[in-house]
Amino acid sequence: MPIDKSMNVLIVDDYKTMLRIIRNLPKQIEFNNVEEASDGAEALAKLRGGNFGLVISDWNMAPMTGLQLLQEVRADNRLKQTPFIMITAESKTENVVAAKQAGVSNYIVKPFNAETLKEKIEKVLGHA
Amino acid sequence: MPKPSRENEFLLAHRLAEIRANRPNVEPHIVSEVIRAVLTTMSEDLTIHDTALLLEVEELGRTIANAKIEIAALKVDDINGSHIPFATDELDAIVSHTAAATNAILESCETLDNVAATATGAMAANLQNATTRIYEACSFQDITGQRITKIVATLKTIEDKVARIIATFGPKVADIPTAPKPELTPGEELLNGPQLPREAMDQSDIDKLMASFD
Repeated sequence: MPIDKSMNVLIVDDYKTMLRIIRNLPKQIEFNNVEEASDGAEALAKLRGGNFGLVISDWNMAPMTGLQLLQEVRADNRLKQTPFIMITAESKTENVVAAKQAGVSNYIVKPFNAETLKEKIEKVLGHA
Repeated sequence: MPKPSRENEFLLAHRLAEIRANRPNVEPHIVSEVIRAVLTTMSEDLTIHDTALLLEVEELGRTIANAKIEIAALKVDDINGSHIPFATDELDAIVSHTAAATNAILESCETLDNVAATATGAMAANLQNATTRIYEACSFQDITGQRITKIVATLKTIEDKVARIIATFGPKVADIPTAPKPELTPGEELLNGPQLPREAMDQSDIDKLMASFD
């Protein structure tokens, strides 16, 4: 089954340039409905108020980090099944372990390329 | 306390007579009382250990005095007053400039993407591959931004430690004369580097300035 390009995708990063890059990179997928948030709290509000099929989030943000956002999502009955990809410069083992324990669907380390992003998106959406 | 010899007693008496002659209004018994009070505080002769300890204390005092002079020469007040804020402002300017440049690149890249959408075949594929590489490369702005944020945090730590040193040595540090600034060559005097946006003149300011010489 092909990826549903009409699903709502939320990308979360405190760097506007990163939001723009992530929005533009998965050309081969071309999601039609991409929304943006610049920190965890804003993202959580959008997730609770909408219907998203995928979250792609940075880790290092304030006041709510990407990890805290992930924990909130996994603790929310309505949101807990949402695929969640962490894209971050945090590349220490302890970070990856913490994200995995919090229930991350996949983990991409910055800097990354379009191919990696596409591959992980397809994987978490069950199309790999 | 060892008993004074007859010779010492004579010298002391002679000295007291001198003082009495110079200061006739001072009663001899007051002088005696003062001397007695001083002598009674010395319970016994200084031992070798006491002398060594005193020398250590003296050396410690000298070290502290030297440290104060060295810190004053470093102009620690300047570190927190201007050097660190200057460095932080420069780093902020780097983040701001790279963000603006990256956005401009991304905007051009999106324009190219729109052109690619109207092309077909190999040209479309080539254009899209090229823009994809540009998008990927632009993530440098995020990475450098995060690294700079770490440096700013380190500077903050240094600032706190310097503030503690200044607090420890007290305001007297500022009173100690500082070493003169190294002399700059005529060429170095004008090497100010790029100005921060709030301090910089824009082209119109420069045009006005240039015109003012005409």
